[in-house]
Amino acid sequence: MNDMLLSLVTFIPTFAALILVVFLRGEDEMAQRNAKRVALTATSITFLTSLFVLSGFDPSDTGFQFVEERDWLMGLKYKLGVDGISILFVMLTTFIMPLVIWASWDVKVRVKEYMIAFLLLETLMLGVFMALDLVLFYLFFEAGLIPMFLIIGIWGGANRIYASFKFFLYTFLGSVLMLVAMIAMFVDAGTTDIPTLMAHQFASGTMNVMGITVIGGMQTLMFLAFFASFAVKMPMWPVHTWLPDAHVQAPTAGSVVLAAILLKMGGYGFLRFSLPMFPIGAEVLTPLVMWMSAIAIVYTSLVALVQEDMKKLIAYSSVAHMGYVTMGIFAANQQGIDGAIFQMISHGFISGALFLCVGVIYDRMHTREIDAYGGLVNRMPAYALIFMFFTMANVGLPGTSGFVGEFLTLMGVFQVNTWVALIATSGVILSAAYALWLYRRVVMGDLIKESLKTISDMTNREKMIFAPLVAMTLILGVYPSLVTDIIGPSVENLISNYDTALAQGASASQTASH
Amino acid sequence: MIQADLNIILPEILLAIYAMLALLAVVYTGKDKMAPMLTWLTAGVFAILAVWIGVSGEGENVAFNGMFHDDAFSRFAKVAILLSGSAVLVMGADYMQRRNMLRFEYPILVALAMVGMMTMVSAGDLMTLYMGLELQSLALYVVATLRRDGVKSTEAGMKYFLLGALSSGLLLYGSSLVYGFAGTTTFAGIVEAVGHGHTPLGLLFGLTFVISGLAFKVSAVPFHMWTPDVYEGAPTPITAFFATAPKVAAMALFARVLFDAFGGVIGDWQQILALLSVLSMFLGAVAAIGQTNIKRLMAYSSIAHMGYALMGLASGTALGVEAMLIYMAIYVTMNVGTFAFILSMEKDGQPVTDIASLNQYSKQASGRSLALLVLLFSLAGVPPFLGFFGKLSVLLAAVDAGLAWLAIAGVVASVIGAFYYLRIVYFMYFGEEGDKLDAPRSPVQQVMLIASAAIMLLGIVNFFGVDTAAQAAAAALMPH
Repeated sequence: MNDMLLSLVTFIPTFAALILVVFLRGEDEMAQRNAKRVALTATSITFLTSLFVLSGFDPSDTGFQFVEERDWLMGLKYKLGVDGISILFVMLTTFIMPLVIWASWDVKVRVKEYMIAFLLLETLMLGVFMALDLVLFYLFFEAGLIPMFLIIGIWGGANRIYASFKFFLYTFLGSVLMLVAMIAMFVDAGTTDIPTLMAHQFASGTMNVMGITVIGGMQTLMFLAFFASFAVKMPMWPVHTWLPDAHVQAPTAGSVVLAAILLKMGGYGFLRFSLPMFPIGAEVLTPLVMWMSAIAIVYTSLVALVQEDMKKLIAYSSVAHMGYVTMGIFAANQQGIDGAIFQMISHGFISGALFLCVGVIYDRMHTREIDAYGGLVNRMPAYALIFMFFTMANVGLPGTSGFVGEFLTLMGVFQVNTWVALIATSGVILSAAYALWLYRRVVMGDLIKESLKTISDMTNREKMIFAPLVAMTLILGVYPSLVTDIIGPSVENLISNYDTALAQGASASQTASH
Repeated sequence: MIQADLNIILPEILLAIYAMLALLAVVYTGKDKMAPMLTWLTAGVFAILAVWIGVSGEGENVAFNGMFHDDAFSRFAKVAILLSGSAVLVMGADYMQRRNMLRFEYPILVALAMVGMMTMVSAGDLMTLYMGLELQSLALYVVATLRRDGVKSTEAGMKYFLLGALSSGLLLYGSSLVYGFAGTTTFAGIVEAVGHGHTPLGLLFGLTFVISGLAFKVSAVPFHMWTPDVYEGAPTPITAFFATAPKVAAMALFARVLFDAFGGVIGDWQQILALLSVLSMFLGAVAAIGQTNIKRLMAYSSIAHMGYALMGLASGTALGVEAMLIYMAIYVTMNVGTFAFILSMEKDGQPVTDIASLNQYSKQASGRSLALLVLLFSLAGVPPFLGFFGKLSVLLAAVDAGLAWLAIAGVVASVIGAFYYLRIVYFMYFGEEGDKLDAPRSPVQQVMLIASAAIMLLGIVNFFGVDTAAQAAAAALMPH
């Protein structure tokens, strides 16, 4: 049973989607309700099944667990497995998806297709975090674009066409270079098995490509190819511009999935591929990534400050928070990487919740303009409380999970690059500025706008959706070892391998120069 | 001796006899009234021949002193050609019948073209090559003008004929140069003559002309000009045919000439092929962006796809040939499905080709839209569909052969190309609501569409064994 568990988790949603495709007919109320119920049941079962993975997971083992391996075509393998780095992303995905489906209870248009798209998306996202074969990873990674393209394009806002095309083509362009690099790795190492490739040493001798000297040679080139993909996905400044468009135009549930899970694929990719497979390339380009992250944090925070659209503001704040993640990853020390993973998980809960908060009032007023709101606290006390909680978490208030991630990454980076840490820390203040200002403009003050006089507070369903997110944010905030205990050994292993590879590379180049 | 030779080309002989007998029979009986029955019968004959060749053929047989090769490579190509030809024939029958275009000549000409194609892919001699190619081309010129009273159809046929004749001329001129410098027309002889030391300049010229002639047939840039016009002008079932079987045949012939006759001087033609490939991929991707006619769009799409298949050939390795064959097999499957959809696009009984007419088609027919969606993403090379694995295998071959720049160019072109496939998806799923298309009439087209989409999805499990066959086929082509 254990060797099938991951496949089971991955493909339960697909199975449910197939049921919907084959058996559900009609567009009437009944059919819509059934579609929603099937989707909610399937995602809940997926979550429950994934709990077996979590409970059977042994954190002290730094290798891959629950490994499942089968022969596939062209000499590739169908291989799944989780380790300390990936398991929490799997759990995050299965945890968020039922909430997302439940939050979509009011969707009226093409409900069946909507649910199918989200179910398939879940399978593909889970596959990304579990795949242990390069091509299998790429397959899940890229295929996720299709349902997301449709989600934005069909159920999105007014400017959805532009946003969906931009989303698709931007991320597709980023990823195809990664594909060429993957093929080069296959040709070089003769395998697409990720654990084997992590132990493989790619050539790092200085190369000359079209007149340009490339320090770190092939490793640097491949690092750049992967970087193109993950940096777009993450997204890092300056290739983040697709994200605000996609977020603003996507339906609420789409934004939640995008912010909570899809963005994490970039960070996961850095940890799974860039650092362990191309350590020397990573070393060469670390300063670049660091400074890009620092710029991202300050620049996008400033941009967030002047936004008039709530979703756009939160989208830019996501880019800023992802800046901490990349910074922490490339600090390449225990605090930095622990912090980066922690930040990703916590951002999954917080940003997801913030988009849901926007969704709550968008459903009532059908606008996301900040100016259209004000004084909501008078009529929506429960909403004001929850929104405040997640605003504080987004700012990084101690006691919430947001604080732990930011603090750990900053601590990690401080040991490596003090200047970057200094600049990045200013982002903490800026995030307080934009987040609190947003809250003041939307929730505080007197309720003077005529249109808001009849707005109703959150329904029980909405409250119940937020409850688990509030709980997770608090629990992780006060007891972060829940996460760090699971990821710690794997991260430690990653760092020691990274340092060994660097040391070997340094001694190899020294022998070469003698 | 002669009997052994005849045994080897038995499938070709039988098909030729079938075509001639059918011609006689129909002329003396019902003429056009028999056409529907004859179409199905011909398709059946194709299918039976495909099964026969695929199942019974084994080993490497050479007939007529090396003029005709029956090996794993030719068998792979023949099965692909026959099956796709059979599918396209039955798919278009309904369409043509309702427009009074289903004449009895149609299946017979297609059968004759098929004999030509089967001869082409088995060619072991420049003579055989030319004979097969011309038999195919002449039959197809006529088929292109099947709608005799349509200006566009006759224009398409005329263009196809003139440019085809030009390309045949180039090919012949090249062949004569090759003969002049190698002293023989058999591939085995040519490979001996060029294989040692430096190649004479005249042979190189000959090689270049031969490649140009063949590039016309596969519609590789810069020899692609005829493709969009012919695709647009010819009746849709015939466009579907042009896009499938002849492309496989021409590509297989290309591989045969390059590896059987010039396999010793890969360095001499590799750059030409790489250039053809990169130009085709980019022109196919860029030029299709502005198209609103789905047939023209598919023409540019096929140009781009030929670019990817040529990437496999440009690698100059067994892996490359294998990748090309896999790519072509996937390509014809996708095209059969896509054209099955295009054939069923009608408004008030009239065929429409404007992609804007697909507005919100997904609301009208969700299953068919989903199938087309799968095919379009597969054509664009987006995983998890089979089209991605086609691209993956040619890219793998290119990188393996040290052509990383070509692979990078290929993936960049595929991103540009993705745009126009997405545009069709956009019309189907996101567009404004407009006039509705008619409900599909032909169950055959429906079956082809669904089957092709299903293959795109299910094929990723194990390729249905096509990769093993392609591997054997590629090995047969390599020098032993």
